[in-house]
Amino acid sequence: MTDTVLMPPEHTVPIAFTRAQLDWLPWLEPLAIEAMTERHLASLVEAARVKSPYFRLLARDPDALEARTRTDKDIFYNPDAGLPRAERELVAAATSRFNGCLYCASVHARHAAIYSKREADVQRLLDGGVTADLGERWNALVAASVALTATPSALGPEHVDRLRRSGFDDLAIADVIHAAAFFNWANRLMLSLGEPAATPGL
Amino acid sequence: MTTSGTDADVIDALIGITPGSPLDAIRARRPEARLHAQATYRALFVPEAPGTVTAQERLAVAAFVAGLHGATAIAMWYAARLAESGALPALTEAVDAVIAEARTHGPYGRYPAGPLSREDTAGLRLRVGAATGRSLGPRLAAAFEHAHLLVFHPRDGTPAALRALLDAGWSTTDIVTLSQIIAFLSFQIRVVTGLRLLAGRS
Repeated sequence: MTDTVLMPPEHTVPIAFTRAQLDWLPWLEPLAIEAMTERHLASLVEAARVKSPYFRLLARDPDALEARTRTDKDIFYNPDAGLPRAERELVAAATSRFNGCLYCASVHARHAAIYSKREADVQRLLDGGVTADLGERWNALVAASVALTATPSALGPEHVDRLRRSGFDDLAIADVIHAAAFFNWANRLMLSLGEPAATPGL
Repeated sequence: MTTSGTDADVIDALIGITPGSPLDAIRARRPEARLHAQATYRALFVPEAPGTVTAQERLAVAAFVAGLHGATAIAMWYAARLAESGALPALTEAVDAVIAEARTHGPYGRYPAGPLSREDTAGLRLRVGAATGRSLGPRLAAAFEHAHLLVFHPRDGTPAALRALLDAGWSTTDIVTLSQIIAFLSFQIRVVTGLRLLAGRS
């Protein structure tokens, strides 16, 4: 048994939630690109992800990685009605903010800000946390995401009713549930298999 | 494979979704997410290439994670699969014993020293006792300690936590699979909890 924990190179540890680009440094050895089989490469779904140590680490269980990624893509990118894309990203950012995943929050806060054009509100979520006032529609989304993210779940009928009052239909509410649930999956992998690093030069 | 729980959609089964019901229609609008959530279940619990993580280890961790969430029906579902796999009663009893002493409320944990330190929240760090540890064996005892970390205080992940798994006999690839099982359950439980609540509010 030669497996060991990796010591990340010297880096700047981010100490606040940010929309800036972060790096992610693995604590376990990702697959070496030259050692990857066709199955490993296919499990990345997107060929460009071969550059990512996170995805090359998860590729050690290729069937689980591929199914994870295809689940992710449908929850966030399926254009058929339901929750608007910007708000799926907001749910991902709020879930990540509550669990404490600076890396995931940075990516999805960036996306939420771009798609909603509400940079100030997204930044308020990052700076002030999940109780920041973002207006009733977004407050209802954040409250439901946070309640479902708590362990055990604190989601109740009042959260569903509040979303309905903000105009969300059942498909949109199901999207909220899926997006928050998915980031409870993603945050746990990101937080436990490596750590974020500020990008040099930014 | 045709054993129970292998072919039928597990999330549908856990919620009790019947063909033609409102939730069936909602899940049908996100067909890839539905398909690949099930594919993830198969990859993690009835894998084509199980490697060096046993079926009993996979199912015991799942039952433990569901129990920690207070998701009793889901915990019982995985415990039933575990019993079917030929697990000794001492193992299933040990799973229940650790759940009883390990349940708490999350997410809690610490941030890197800085402005987020005011959000640091103390909580239980699970150490499996000697008697229960003997029933679980060293690999599962270490896996349960890690599962508790990921479920309740995922932002406390460290290289040392991974080293403890390596020391208990988990390889790097085993740890990726273990992490996916814990993280996927964190998703599956929330989808079931959330959709069931939504259906009850329709």
